[in-house]
Amino acid sequence: MVTTGAISAREQSHGLLRHMLRIRRFEEKSAELYSAGKIRGFLHLYIGEEAVAAGAIPLLGADDAIVSTYREHGHALVRGMSAGTIMAEMYGKANGCSRGRGGSMHLFDAALRFYGGNAIVAGGLPVAVGLALADQMQGHPRVTACLFGDGAVDEGEFHESLNLSALWKLPVVFLCENNLYAMGTALERHEAQTQIYAKADAYGMASAIVDGMDVLAVHQAMQVAVDHIRAGKGPYLLEARTYRFRAHSMYDAELYRSQDEVNEWKHRDPITLFTTKLQQESLLTDAELAEMEAQIAAEVAAAVAIAEAGPWEPVEDLLKDVYTCPA
Amino acid sequence: MPRMTYREAVRSALREALQTNPRVFLMGEDIGRYGGAYACSKGFLDEFGPERIRDTPLCESTFVGAGIGAALGGMRPIVEIMTVNFSLLALDQIVNGAATLRHMSGGQFSVPLVIRMATGGGRQLAAQHSHSLEVWYAHIPGIKVVAPATVTDARYMLGLALQEPDPVIVFEHALQYPMEGNLDESPPQDLFRAAVRRAGNDVTVVTYGGSLWKCLQAADQLAEQGIQAEVIDLRSLRPLDMDTVLTSLKKTHRAVIVDEGWRTCSLAAEISAQIMERGFYDLDAPVARVCSAEVPIPYARHLEEAALPRVERIVATIKELLAHHE
Repeated sequence: MVTTGAISAREQSHGLLRHMLRIRRFEEKSAELYSAGKIRGFLHLYIGEEAVAAGAIPLLGADDAIVSTYREHGHALVRGMSAGTIMAEMYGKANGCSRGRGGSMHLFDAALRFYGGNAIVAGGLPVAVGLALADQMQGHPRVTACLFGDGAVDEGEFHESLNLSALWKLPVVFLCENNLYAMGTALERHEAQTQIYAKADAYGMASAIVDGMDVLAVHQAMQVAVDHIRAGKGPYLLEARTYRFRAHSMYDAELYRSQDEVNEWKHRDPITLFTTKLQQESLLTDAELAEMEAQIAAEVAAAVAIAEAGPWEPVEDLLKDVYTCPA
Repeated sequence: MPRMTYREAVRSALREALQTNPRVFLMGEDIGRYGGAYACSKGFLDEFGPERIRDTPLCESTFVGAGIGAALGGMRPIVEIMTVNFSLLALDQIVNGAATLRHMSGGQFSVPLVIRMATGGGRQLAAQHSHSLEVWYAHIPGIKVVAPATVTDARYMLGLALQEPDPVIVFEHALQYPMEGNLDESPPQDLFRAAVRRAGNDVTVVTYGGSLWKCLQAADQLAEQGIQAEVIDLRSLRPLDMDTVLTSLKKTHRAVIVDEGWRTCSLAAEISAQIMERGFYDLDAPVARVCSAEVPIPYARHLEEAALPRVERIVATIKELLAHHE
């Protein structure tokens, strides 16, 4: 485990577990509210993939940036966006993080340097390259983390962005959340080379692969990636092998994978694995876990209350913010 | 008034931006060591260095997206896409990215990005290098689109575009770079106001960019025949300054729109619709349009000439329009 300063292994492991549990309970509530008709549109749940966000994102500092995808509730939560502002956004309320203009797929937070919430697969990679370029040109010692799925690797922008960032030695970590499916198309049916991290070689870029169901492994691998970048060695591609337990969006017939396969992966539930490990190592008591769950349940309930109570954006403001300065 | 080419005006505008704002940098294909496909940045690499004059790989989508990211990150990028034809490879970043970010984030992010690109046909470059797709971008809420048609506008509109906090696309007609014109002493103050380039009482000719000189030539020919055309240079394609057009129409009661884009779903179609909506009772004749023929622009000179708006066709269209309801 990577420990820093006075933070004990116990405290740090509780932090990682708390992140994962917050995401899990938040997503479970989101699914429930979707079924209740409170949340509409597309809703892409992160259940099963929690170890990636929980392990990787805490290694970013306040000045660092994140560019994310449409499956980003977990990223936003770990980054520090409040559950209430995210839930309100999914309700479409004016107190949502994007004032109800974005919804589930478009969470933004300027103060946290959280640049969305991009629902075009691979669309965020060039933007992350540009953010890193701006930092490099201005002498900011920052890292930009760009999260995307395995489907993005099919797109030209993945290759263009790896090439450009390696060419210019930009401080960006490309974190591929490889959940083995591009929507419903299995990895081996959409990639000729299924070892995604290996593609970095073609661009002279450092890379690694990590078990995305193991939060500690992700944490350590991300530490290596971030250290590499902070040492001025250029960009880094980290592939985390993970799995989504739920449908691509809220509902799909899941014709593309077997229930056996899903069950097999559920045996490797990142939260169960980590909880068991901590209990075996006497780093977590039942009482601590129960308290954590209770706190998270209260947080999620409060988030729902915030969303329920939130106002609707007045229709008169429909055209607001299309431009900063309307001509 | 000093005379200079359109290219020199663009160069001068770029140089001024680089000299006065340390956050400005240029990024695009072959803009550095090659000097720019249209030589607009020739010598800049030596003058400003490779940090600020960035040759990119051939990856329109990614270097435009990087421009968005750099703008979000506090820089003031000027991205050059060699031609509008290649900008189709960057459509996603422009349309789904630059144009949407502010609204989609609830007003949290502005994207102060300027994208320059050459447009238009007339150089026998065939169907993949002769598009006039300005209207595609003018269709999109969230971006602003301008088309400097004169040396003075080429010299000063870029600076105005750089004062905008939102994405601005600047279209430069490729035929214009070598054309000479007078540089006005007083720079234009408004990026989005149309300009009356020639006053007249008989017909309003609405145009922009690389079609302006054709319209002015047509107006000269018509003047010899006693017809006074008022030529309006839109300058901005989004937003559209329809007030200037409608004011002219109240005087002339006839309108011809000259637009190098294809007629179907063209900018000319939009202007015509707005005239119908807001100026219907001022019209003495149907609005006429001179646009490109509905064909991929062909290579052979005579065919290309037949496809693009020509001075003779503008003259003939205006004369028909005047004959229509004498």
